[in-house]
Amino acid sequence: MKELLVISGKGGTGKTSVVASFAALADSKVLADCDVDAADLHLLLSPEELESHEFIASRLATLDEEKCIGCGRCSEACRFGAIAMADGYPVIDPISCEGCTVCSHICPEGAITMVDAISGHWFVSDTRFGPMVHAKLKAAEENSGKLVSQVRRKAREIAERQGLECIITDGPPGVGCPVISSISGVDLALIVTEPTVAGVHDMERVLDLTRHFDVNAAVCINKCDLDEGNTERIEDYCCAEEIEVVGKIPFDEEMVKAVVRGEPPVARVSGGHGYVEGFGSGHEAGSADSRKCSDGKAAQAIRRLWDRVQDRLWQDADSGE
Amino acid sequence: MIISIASGKGGTGKTTVAVNLALALEGAIPIHFLDCDVEEPNAHLFLHPEIEHSEKVNLPVPVVDESKCDGCGKCAEVCAFNAILAFKSQTIVLPELCHGCGGCTLLCPRGAITESPKEIGEVETGRAGKIKFSHGRLKIGSALAPPLVNAVRRTADGRGPDGGLVIVDAPPGTSCPVVASIKGSDYCVLVTEPTPFGLNDLMLAVDLVRELDIPCGVVINRAGLGDDTVSSFCSGEGIPVLLEIPYDRKYAECYARGGRLVEDFPKLRDALCGLWRKIAESSGADRDGMVRRREMAEI
Ligand code: SF4
Ligand code: SF4
Repeated sequence: MKELLVISGKGGTGKTSVVASFAALADSKVLADCDVDAADLHLLLSPEELESHEFIASRLATLDEEKCIGCGRCSEACRFGAIAMADGYPVIDPISCEGCTVCSHICPEGAITMVDAISGHWFVSDTRFGPMVHAKLKAAEENSGKLVSQVRRKAREIAERQGLECIITDGPPGVGCPVISSISGVDLALIVTEPTVAGVHDMERVLDLTRHFDVNAAVCINKCDLDEGNTERIEDYCCAEEIEVVGKIPFDEEMVKAVVRGEPPVARVSGGHGYVEGFGSGHEAGSADSRKCSDGKAAQAIRRLWDRVQDRLWQDADSGE
Repeated sequence: MIISIASGKGGTGKTTVAVNLALALEGAIPIHFLDCDVEEPNAHLFLHPEIEHSEKVNLPVPVVDESKCDGCGKCAEVCAFNAILAFKSQTIVLPELCHGCGGCTLLCPRGAITESPKEIGEVETGRAGKIKFSHGRLKIGSALAPPLVNAVRRTADGRGPDGGLVIVDAPPGTSCPVVASIKGSDYCVLVTEPTPFGLNDLMLAVDLVRELDIPCGVVINRAGLGDDTVSSFCSGEGIPVLLEIPYDRKYAECYARGGRLVEDFPKLRDALCGLWRKIAESSGADRDGMVRRREMAEI
């Protein structure tokens, strides 16, 4: 079983549209949305929820006012500025609290206890392209890394149980905690970037990260015709770093329209009656075939990209191990 | 006054709005620009600041003195992040997981633990024209953005230059690094795009600013490219749409090469000045942009 992670460093480069397209193109897979902060994949795959679980992680300090003698040691010990003293008594700010438990240990009166808090939810769903694991972190929460690990664990379990060939993961933006949790042990990290100065800069940082964790990486340039100069810069950089540019997707308004319709860009809707085959074979809506085709230029490029990514996934593993 | 620019979804034009707002107001009022997206800082690519000062940011992580440690395991029991593992024969610290809370050091009964600084990134401060500039850069492989964000925020004194403005460019998302970036702002501008992604992530961002009790308004970027669900959501929720920036390939190209929209398109400079006036009016600042803080008004 192979794990493909799609990340971008910079947000908004079209990562989710690429993942949703792969979902439509791949045969035997489970989908995982690890962008638990701002999950969007469900908007393109319209999952039907099968299971919903509470994600209990951050433990919150709570004060028992009866027991508190106002010594202030908790406030001194808290390094996250979560306990202020007001009128001689501590006031805990739940948003600043990291759940480190130090105050509960330090309090001589045992007046602070840690209570479990629901930090979010995670779901197992069914989509027309296969099973999907996704999650929603509550606003202003920590522990996105732990929730990512939970989503990955479940996706792996499903893949193993159902004998699926790969896990396709929509990763979070950035290079911090949730990305680090997403990246460990994947077979290939596909970095979707765009030819903008910010896209180039952020891609370089994500490639530093894949190198740091010794993960196989490949790059795809979305909206490659937006700025030829920057596209060249990306290609030169990748060439020098021996990172393959596995695909280039031209700007195509169809990509945005697909998002508005709630469809992967490689799928196409005909007159509101459901999908049609790109080759006009007249399959009905809802047929078991997931290879719905659109022949827009972006969709074509994504299909070529997927072919190359498949090669990399299976061939890298064979030569690498 | 502190204005933060945020968005649930990445790539909606947050940095574009933040940078061009700063440039539109440059010279008219004192500005300190804070790029708090320490994972992927981008504002410097547009503002080209001259860096005057750079400082490493460290987190205190535990070091165990084996000669004093008797393997009691108190540290491992205390640590909420599984960053310290105690075995009979030795105690192992996993610095990547450590949040630097100091619990193990404080509570070790043998006094066997001391702390040593571990670098998590750096903060740079400088100037871009008349704009004071700071940003942070998370060290690759380091997971903890919030302490670095806090360090960037600390470079601004209080609520900003006298009669001026702190503009915070926040990271995408709604979790702890975003909270660290926008906490204590006087106003939060949420930048979104008119697509289902934009709407979904805007709703999450609105939840967040409401949780933090920060007044907010919305900028719709690439207007015309998607649908109108974002505008209807805003009017339904009573959230003001401060500005709509139409989709224009010329803007996208300007952004791509690192250009400044307000310089190439004077129309946008007016629009961004208008954005500032709306925020200033709604927060009790007066018209020509000089902020009269509430405290001062009460005197
Ligand atoms: S648990 Fe830690 S972060 Fe939370 S209030 Fe107590 S000392 Fe502060
Ligand atoms: S300082 Fe806090 S987080 Fe770090 S190892 Fe010690 S108890 Fe754990």
